[in-house]
Amino acid sequence: MSPLGPLLLATLLFCVGVYGIIARRNAVLVLMSVELMLNAVNINLVAFQNLLWPLSEDAAVSGQMFALFIIAVAAAEVGVGLAIIFNMFRNRASVNVDDVDLMRW
Amino acid sequence: MTGHDVVFVLVGLVTAGASILTVTSKNLVHAALHLAVTLAGIAGVFLVLHADFLALVQLIVYVGAVTVLFLFGLMLTRAPIGREALDSQNRGLGIAVAGGLFVTLSTLIVLAYGGQTGATPERVPTEAIGTVIFSHWVLPFEALSMLLLAALIGAILLARREAGDSGETLDQAIIDFGDAPSTEQGRASTPPGELEAGTAEAGTGTRGGEPR
Repeated sequence: MSPLGPLLLATLLFCVGVYGIIARRNAVLVLMSVELMLNAVNINLVAFQNLLWPLSEDAAVSGQMFALFIIAVAAAEVGVGLAIIFNMFRNRASVNVDDVDLMRW
Repeated sequence: MTGHDVVFVLVGLVTAGASILTVTSKNLVHAALHLAVTLAGIAGVFLVLHADFLALVQLIVYVGAVTVLFLFGLMLTRAPIGREALDSQNRGLGIAVAGGLFVTLSTLIVLAYGGQTGATPERVPTEAIGTVIFSHWVLPFEALSMLLLAALIGAILLARREAGDSGETLDQAIIDFGDAPSTEQGRASTPPGELEAGTAEAGTGTRGGEPR
């Protein structure tokens, strides 16, 4: 199986995530785009492990391990990010990322 | 073109279409549901690549948990619906950056890996993954558990209300609507002579129940 397919799919997902982060205003939608980018990286890791460097003895499933860790970290990130967004909504009654410029110099 | 490739192309097309719909749909809930389809498609890609355990984890964690979290987030923070309200002014910039990045990256990938056929993916038994987690990767695993605990506590702390108004009864204004509807109906059926007394009584009642 050619590695081109998974790699190109991952590239497309990553670029869609970049577009979502730049163009969307709702903070929850921005978080969704971040998730898309993380999943693109996961596809890349698994594809490189399984298609280009298949089972060697020591690092048998390193790509899958990294993908698992990324999934767990992304879940934690979604929890904290949604809590921050709820705080933002409670304080400002809006989840528009253009409105949150308190820390802008 | 083997069967693997055919299945991969089908799953990949579904995934790509759903991901594009995720960032372009006007309805917030539709965006979250398209994200669920995208994540399920990525689980399918993992299955095609023979990463079974990872596909199951993806289904459970992402499709099961993260999508529900996103739906809760969307429903608790009500937002305006519609393309103009959801997209900011720099949509053109987004298209330019994402398109340029996609062209650059895909050109590089085709140049680097275009000629390679790649190995046929081999199934790794889940037992091997467990052995590797608890022998090679045990320290990152423990660090990850601490990270999850910290994220849990941090999320609770952030999403809690402020200390002043947490469980206390608020000093709220009690709105007095006068008499109950049943007495209103009873008063409407009374003859006009008794109506005066009824309204006077209602007036004193309202004054007695003045909001604090």
